[in-house]
Amino acid sequence: MAKRSSPEVNAGSMADIAFLLLIFFLVTTTIETDSGISRKLPPIEESEEDVIIKQKNIFTVLLNGKDQLLVEDEVMELEELRDAAIKFLDNGGGSGEDKCDYCKGAGDPKSSDNPDKAIISLKNERETTYATYISVQNELVAAYTSLRNKRAEELFGVSYTEMQKNYKDVNWPGSKLKLNENITQIKLEYPQKLSEVQ
Amino acid sequence: MSKFNKKKNGELPAVNTASLPDIVFMLLFFFMVATVMRDNELKIKNELPAADQVEKLDKKDLVMYIYLGRPNDGFKDQFGEEARIQLNDKFAEVSDVPAFIYSERESKREELRPFLTTALKVDKEASMGIVGDVKQELRKVNALKINYTTRIGDVSLNKKN
Repeated sequence: MAKRSSPEVNAGSMADIAFLLLIFFLVTTTIETDSGISRKLPPIEESEEDVIIKQKNIFTVLLNGKDQLLVEDEVMELEELRDAAIKFLDNGGGSGEDKCDYCKGAGDPKSSDNPDKAIISLKNERETTYATYISVQNELVAAYTSLRNKRAEELFGVSYTEMQKNYKDVNWPGSKLKLNENITQIKLEYPQKLSEVQ
Repeated sequence: MSKFNKKKNGELPAVNTASLPDIVFMLLFFFMVATVMRDNELKIKNELPAADQVEKLDKKDLVMYIYLGRPNDGFKDQFGEEARIQLNDKFAEVSDVPAFIYSERESKREELRPFLTTALKVDKEASMGIVGDVKQELRKVNALKINYTTRIGDVSLNKKN
């Protein structure tokens, strides 16, 4: 009775478990991708003709060296910028050829004719901090996105963001061709016209 | 039958595989810890601003990174306090940007070159002056697709405390 060795636990399957974990981590670890605001710079073209744009179709945003915001000659806080931009873009004050039949805005004849004509002009100074600049960019993009979302919701019953997500999703069951058409239509109705003054 | 039983004593003992899991776990931990996907060692402060209207930047091999920010403590004596450009592992001047873009383009396959995007990783305290200069250089070399890389978050995080 004195010498009775306990039976050894079989550790052979331990390796399999560990390998399983290793493979699980190798497969599921998606390397974090960067994200940010994409922009397209205007090409340098010397011989560009001056296009005449009506003053009422330009929404000027000025950022000074002290990070203060001047929108359409009025001092504004960053929080109000999005709504102001939406109001300007969706105004639809045009008549005749420039009439905008999907705009929900006030239709003020002193503001923009239609979203296609409306241009947001952003000017910053050298001393402006980058963080403020990005905040303003973000708010302006948000204004466009919210208008596009609203319009897509109205036409197709899904938001624009959702449509774009579906378009990238490989498992999405619907017709991609149709979806792409719809996305293009929304983009045409609310084109992003954001110009930066150098 | 006793013939078979006898053999048992003469057999080689099985190789002990108990340490195999330890080895595999060691590998597992090594990979989990060592997987840091950073190509460049940053010599500048690079705290990105926050934004929520962001697009993902897929296809990492088609992205050129330009870093801007204030030099880290170790480089302050040499490069000063103002925001500087870092390309790859070196500090650079604005005038070095076109050469960098050209060399990056050269290293990619020709059919992929039109899809190259420039990611601007700019510290949130940097001033727009240097950013504007870089953008101007990018326009000159026709690298028009840019992306202001940000963290995902509300813009109110960008305000100074």
